[in-house]
Amino acid sequence: MKYADEFRDKAIALGLAKTIEAETDPGRPYRFMEFCGGHTHAISRYGLEDLLPKNVRMIHGPGCPVCVLPAGRIDMAIRLAERPDVILCVYGDLMRVPGSQGASLLKAKARGADIRMVYSTIDAVRIAEENAGREIVFFAIGFETTTPPTAVMIRLAEKKQLENFSVFCNHVLTPPAMQNILESPDIRKIGRIEIDGFVGPAHVSTIIGTAPYEFFAEEFGKPVVIAGFEPLDMMQAILMLVRQVNENRHEVENQYSRAVTCGGNLRAKEEVSDIFELRAQFEWRGLGQVPYSGLKLKRTYAKYDAEVRFGMSELRVDDNPACECGAILRGVKKPVDCKLFGTVCTPETPMGSCMVSSEGACAAHWTYGRFRDHQQRRAS
Amino acid sequence: MCLAIPAEVTKILPDEMAIVSIDGVSKEISVALIEDLAVGDYVIVHVGYALTKIDPDEARRTLELLRELSAEAQGAAS
Amino acid sequence: MRAYQRKLDIKNGCVDLSHGSGGRAMAQLISGLFHEAFGNEWLARGNDQSAFDVGDGRMVMTTDGYVVSPLFFPGGDIGSLAVHGTVNDIAMAGARPLYLSASFIIEEGFRFCDLKTIAESMGEAARVAGVHIITGDTKVVERGKADGLFISTAGVGVVPDGLDLSAENARVGDRVLISGTLGDHGVAIMSKRQNLTFETEIVSDSAPLNDLVAEMVEAGGRGIRLMRDPTRGGLAATLNEIAHQSGLGFHLIEERIPVKPGVAAACELLGLDPLHVANEGKLVAIVAPDVAGAVLAAMRGHRLGRDAADIGEAVADDHHFVQMATSFGGGRIVDWLSGEQLPRIC
Repeated sequence: MKYADEFRDKAIALGLAKTIEAETDPGRPYRFMEFCGGHTHAISRYGLEDLLPKNVRMIHGPGCPVCVLPAGRIDMAIRLAERPDVILCVYGDLMRVPGSQGASLLKAKARGADIRMVYSTIDAVRIAEENAGREIVFFAIGFETTTPPTAVMIRLAEKKQLENFSVFCNHVLTPPAMQNILESPDIRKIGRIEIDGFVGPAHVSTIIGTAPYEFFAEEFGKPVVIAGFEPLDMMQAILMLVRQVNENRHEVENQYSRAVTCGGNLRAKEEVSDIFELRAQFEWRGLGQVPYSGLKLKRTYAKYDAEVRFGMSELRVDDNPACECGAILRGVKKPVDCKLFGTVCTPETPMGSCMVSSEGACAAHWTYGRFRDHQQRRAS
Repeated sequence: MCLAIPAEVTKILPDEMAIVSIDGVSKEISVALIEDLAVGDYVIVHVGYALTKIDPDEARRTLELLRELSAEAQGAAS
Repeated sequence: MRAYQRKLDIKNGCVDLSHGSGGRAMAQLISGLFHEAFGNEWLARGNDQSAFDVGDGRMVMTTDGYVVSPLFFPGGDIGSLAVHGTVNDIAMAGARPLYLSASFIIEEGFRFCDLKTIAESMGEAARVAGVHIITGDTKVVERGKADGLFISTAGVGVVPDGLDLSAENARVGDRVLISGTLGDHGVAIMSKRQNLTFETEIVSDSAPLNDLVAEMVEAGGRGIRLMRDPTRGGLAATLNEIAHQSGLGFHLIEERIPVKPGVAAACELLGLDPLHVANEGKLVAIVAPDVAGAVLAAMRGHRLGRDAADIGEAVADDHHFVQMATSFGGGRIVDWLSGEQLPRIC
């Protein structure tokens, strides 16, 4: 695979690992938060943490849009799907996200709700065209990467003059969430956890560009390096962060220059700003209400807004009190610190957001990191 | 969910669609978010859409830099 | 004078409820279509059961259900899949497969021409594998109750005395061998699923493994601890099962696991791990280290084992983890796939 295989070269990776080791100061820790589920996944899949020196620690941030979707929104979607006239179209990852009391879209489907997995928003439009007598609703989630496809889909529905189509919008924004983490008492006031730098998301950045991160670098004095998805991209980004920390710099650097520019994708940004506007606040599972972090459809597009079209009432559900997702998402705790991890909460029976998607911190640790705990325990 | 993969554009279709191919697997995707697309360009594909074009010069530069950085440690060691 | 019997209109006709009711229509369907395709002396006798001799050794029996969607896919169909799958389950015991039964649950409205194609495909698969389909059953259900066609099979075979393949035979230090590339079947099926629409030249690997197994047993004898075919859930599910049943763990080496570039690309596109994708013509064998070389050579010498590889070993591990050294030398766990990403792969 071109532009993928070259960035997975083992020899270069091992060389980079040595360079990182040579440049880290053994007397201090380097704690970097990666903000993108794809990065969490890449670290796990390639076992990158095994290649890094012990004093370089990767903290998994809330970069997984499936994981941060509140249970209440799932309940709302299930209620919608249970209407006999509705066909609910969802991305596959959503099927097993737990709503309240163990409910999920998968279980609702087993009980008869017409819920269909789609790979792309284009499929949802096609389903709407093929089922003129039914109401097709697309369950939209995702960060800035996935929002432009939803915008294009609404544009297409408008062009085709579809009367049976709407979107249940749960799109969220990356910078406000990053800010929420950095401003949380754990970090700002108590200083319980120090984050020395951020690995910026890969594909969110292809859309929004590098400019939005300048604010973080300045305001919080933390370096941000935007990294591609491949393991070599991540390692180079980590090296760049190490260097910034050593040199006391806090700049925005772009490692993923082959796909990310300063301004991002103008056309995509325009499509999004035409159709969506900010919600005053939006709940993130594990983080609570985050101001100006979520999107909804503009009033001119109300006919495509499922919440308006179906008069959906907001459902709020509290997470299990023992669930440590909030702390884990902010990097304050690790999956193993949560009482539910591995006992009540497993990939088969997820209790909270971090276990739900393979990109969540707990799911990633379960799949790839669990055996290390045992090795360490045996060693000590 | 963030899955995005580089793919080669092999055919441009009407209505802002195109066919991309990776190692013999081809898929029809939307290119509504891309300007000035040509057959042979590489794009990043996510949920059935091309998000951006890959800049081949930047890609090459990054790879060269990676090789240099990787060799630094070896050079220092020997 | 023979009673007039209208010929089965294979080209345009379709199955209706009368074909399942036990009357003349059903008899005609069975003889005109199934017996024609499976053609053997047992079926010709027209009984509800068939008797056979077994000979020396112990009997092995298996049963399976086939609900694959779509029914026709690159490299096969539900019929050939049913025969291969049943044959393989028997072969995994080191046994020689002999006889199959096939029970059909058909949705009313199913076209005769499709049923004929599937029956002929089964007959051909059986002939190639050297087995006979000697008894069967047909039921027809109302529209909407069976998604076209479901096939249920049972199979019997004979395993020579002294050969008792089972997970508890596995020992620390045993080698893990696989017979070829992973993920072909699952990707071929997915490429035909409506909501995915990607084009690929990947073809299902659906094939009978009994011949390959015979060569392996010849080369490795009792050094072969057990064999399994990694179908649903892929190699990951199979090795995790074996780990739990044997009380051991496994260490695999990612670089040694053969995957076709097209399969890797399709998996990347869909966000799947090839280790979780179904195979229908591959096997995993856990073998003693002293015969591993010979067994591997025997596999590579067979047309269904050209890409066979030694991918790792069994280790002592109370947690029964299946661990893997990634292409970078880092470590990760290969776990069961959580949930079912795409239903009805086989």
